Amino acid sequence: MSVSEAPRASFQLSQLIYDTRYRALTIQVLTLGLVLLGIWWLVANLLANLDAIGLAPNFDFLGSTAGYDIALSLIPYNNGMTHGRAALVGIMNTLLVAGMGCVTATIIGVLAGVLRLSKNWVVSRLMAVYVEGFRNVPLLLWILLVFAVMTESMPAPSAFREGGGASMLLDGTVAVTNRGIYLPAPVWGPHTWILATILVLSIIGAFLYRRYARKALFDTGRLLPMVWPTLAIAFVPVVTIYLLTANFGLGLLHLVGLAIWIALIVAVYRGINAVVPGEIGRFLAVVAALATAWVFAQIIWPYVGGAGLIFSGAEAVPEGADVVSNWNPWVTVSYPELGGFNFRGGVQIANPLVALWIALSLYTGAFIAEIVRAGILAVSHGQTEAAFALGMRPNRTMSLVVLPQAMRVIIPPLISQFLNLTKNSSLAIAVGYPDVRATLGGITLNQTGRALECMLLLGLFYLALSLTISFVMNIYNNRMKLKER
Amino acid sequence: MSGTHAQTVLYVRDSMLPQAAPPLGQTGAIRWLRENLFSGPLSIILTLASIWFVWFVFSHIYHWFANSIWNAASLTECRAIRDATIGADASAACFAVITDRWQQLLFGFYPSSQYWRPVAALALFIVGIFPILFPSLPRKLLIATAMLPFVLFFLLWGGSIWGPVAIAFGFLIASASVKFLAPIAGSLVGVTGAIVLPILFWLFLAGPIAGALQDILPIGIRSIQSKEFGGFTLSLIIGITGIVLSLPLGILLALGRQSDMFIVNKLSTAFIEVIRGIPLIVWLFTASLLLNYFLPPGTNFDLMLRVIIMVTLFASAYIAEVVRGGLAALPKGQYEGANSLGLSYWQSMRLIVLPQALKISIPGIVNTFIGLFKDTTLVVFIGLLDPLGLTGAIRASTDWNGIYWELYVFIALMFFVFCFSMGRYSLYLERKLQRENR
Repeated sequence: MSVSEAPRASFQLSQLIYDTRYRALTIQVLTLGLVLLGIWWLVANLLANLDAIGLAPNFDFLGSTAGYDIALSLIPYNNGMTHGRAALVGIMNTLLVAGMGCVTATIIGVLAGVLRLSKNWVVSRLMAVYVEGFRNVPLLLWILLVFAVMTESMPAPSAFREGGGASMLLDGTVAVTNRGIYLPAPVWGPHTWILATILVLSIIGAFLYRRYARKALFDTGRLLPMVWPTLAIAFVPVVTIYLLTANFGLGLLHLVGLAIWIALIVAVYRGINAVVPGEIGRFLAVVAALATAWVFAQIIWPYVGGAGLIFSGAEAVPEGADVVSNWNPWVTVSYPELGGFNFRGGVQIANPLVALWIALSLYTGAFIAEIVRAGILAVSHGQTEAAFALGMRPNRTMSLVVLPQAMRVIIPPLISQFLNLTKNSSLAIAVGYPDVRATLGGITLNQTGRALECMLLLGLFYLALSLTISFVMNIYNNRMKLKER
Repeated sequence: MSGTHAQTVLYVRDSMLPQAAPPLGQTGAIRWLRENLFSGPLSIILTLASIWFVWFVFSHIYHWFANSIWNAASLTECRAIRDATIGADASAACFAVITDRWQQLLFGFYPSSQYWRPVAALALFIVGIFPILFPSLPRKLLIATAMLPFVLFFLLWGGSIWGPVAIAFGFLIASASVKFLAPIAGSLVGVTGAIVLPILFWLFLAGPIAGALQDILPIGIRSIQSKEFGGFTLSLIIGITGIVLSLPLGILLALGRQSDMFIVNKLSTAFIEVIRGIPLIVWLFTASLLLNYFLPPGTNFDLMLRVIIMVTLFASAYIAEVVRGGLAALPKGQYEGANSLGLSYWQSMRLIVLPQALKISIPGIVNTFIGLFKDTTLVVFIGLLDPLGLTGAIRASTDWNGIYWELYVFIALMFFVFCFSMGRYSLYLERKLQRENR
């Protein structure tokens, strides 16, 4: 079909094919016709088949009683509730593991990506092994492997008894068992909302301060301190009020102690930094500050008011069945404690969630590491050299010159990795985590036999999620696009 | 000049010092250590932490590997051997499960007398794709490559040889139609004939002809059912078929999405977005649970074929996005240049645009292939016995009840070898096709 052939007016049919004026139209009409024909064929078959087994499509089953239990639910649920509610529980669980995975995968990925570029031979090789190892082995295998490690190699709760051979981590507050990980959990009291409101307001205040500082810098050239005031504005009010409302005298004592503690750390850091110059000085200062913090918290703190409530929970646990430290009833902390055959108190993160979370984070982290590495390499070396020529220090060069440009390259694939992680969370089926595929696309489907409706809803959920994220990403891309000509 | 200098400026040296060796800290291993391991406080911490980590992992795994037992018939026997030779409670891997069951991991439930067939198929496939992988080989060899699918199908599934021959003959009719019919009756008739004639042939003539030929000349090998396939044979069949089929489909979809034609563009976009927006596992469940609803009552076709179709469609949507990236990255001048030469759409795509766009998208395409191959493990959820599914089957036997790590390590290693070599090949290709100076 070469274009050079002259169209002949007498031959109408061939003109539809060879004349570029009509050809596009012909092709489109043909395609549309074929696609519609195909869809009609499929739908006709579907209706005939459903008619034959007497299952006309309808979604009434969502309102009927589910009758099954779900191991993990973020919203109140019991087996007397509806299939629709069960599906919602599944959706929340999918979003939970996806959200947790995205956060940890980003942290792991950024660290691994930066470290793989490091000049340090051992570290860069180690990161290369991590990235290649995880990228080239199926995710399903990693999930099963982590799950096997969690269930086969971790001690049973009974091993945590006296002489059982296992011990709790982090000052006796965290227990890793073959049934899951037990963590301390906050218990919200009746006045928690006051603290929450204060926290939100002070974080807003911190942002306003940053805006003010930035404006002051651009308007007057005055460089206001950023990090410390932001942290102080964000957290000092809520800590002060929490401590003072509990017990005014003891709270005041704690506040003074806290202030001295922070002042001491800052003083040690500044002092050493001033005395010993250069990189080594900064290094020594960090080490000394951390040591001071630890020594002060561990040794001196318990004598302040006799309560190491904030920094070492286990010592403050009162005798009693329910392990709650009654420091301030506004917010209390419940610690896991071994009772009978299992742990009580705190919050249990069951093994399926742990395995899925760890495997998804490590696997996606390997991909994110490559994205971050590519993003940093994509910023041409001239940019760094120019920044150095202007006299900028390496970390300022990184944060003001390289990273803003690298972000443009990094963010879109990063978000599509988040999307991949969310879709991969459907591999929960391998470890029995109750995500939306397990509730709506699993038990509900099997109980009601409504395969078509369940799969349709399941597909629509994932599709809606990814289309929303793509939509947001497109807006971002358009905003960040290099403005050329 | 230097003489006057020496007299007027006292501090300028006028004689050269003999060359000295560089200081000890600036040469050889010490310099390398200083630069690469201990260049600063952070670097020192990282080095020490990494060395500690490597030692930690190594110390935990070393004995397990070093003590591994390779000859035993069951896990209890393995433990007995360990207790006798190394000592009770010592950490020892029992790789005897691999020596005992490797055939199952590689071939699933394929009859053991026929193991040569998947092996021969793999060998033939590797030899057969040489003409595509290495362009320096003579082009005539591509004809042999074109015959490969039918040979491989015959080798793997067996049965009468006349079935694959009849299907291949349909393609022969198609090419003959283009070659001989087109010059006589115009290219439109030729192309229509190439589509309609083989379909008519397959629908009405292929079956009877193959049957008749089988009666006259019964050539065939033992027929193998799809449910007997398993292990890495299954992964490789699904993976390779998916890879081979998804590339052309993906390219077509990408062209459709880049097209100016409104309907084609929107249809391609919708297809790509819907496929990509939903996890593969949901698609696989759809294939196993729902596909029968969409076909005429009474039809029931092979689960493995359904999986291959689903995996192919899934991968092609991802390939389409990768290729679209390549098409978008190509300077507009290339498209305009092709148009100004008077090339038709397909000519300009085939000769100018796609060779360059595909070159740009090689890393992405190979990554998609690697992903596809890894995703073949998901078929375990709809009842096909891939290697991971077989670990369950192996554990279900009393001999090997309770064995995890050895199987997982073996499977992970196999996947790593396949995927890593694909990744390396893509790097080789990238470097080979690199045209710019760097």
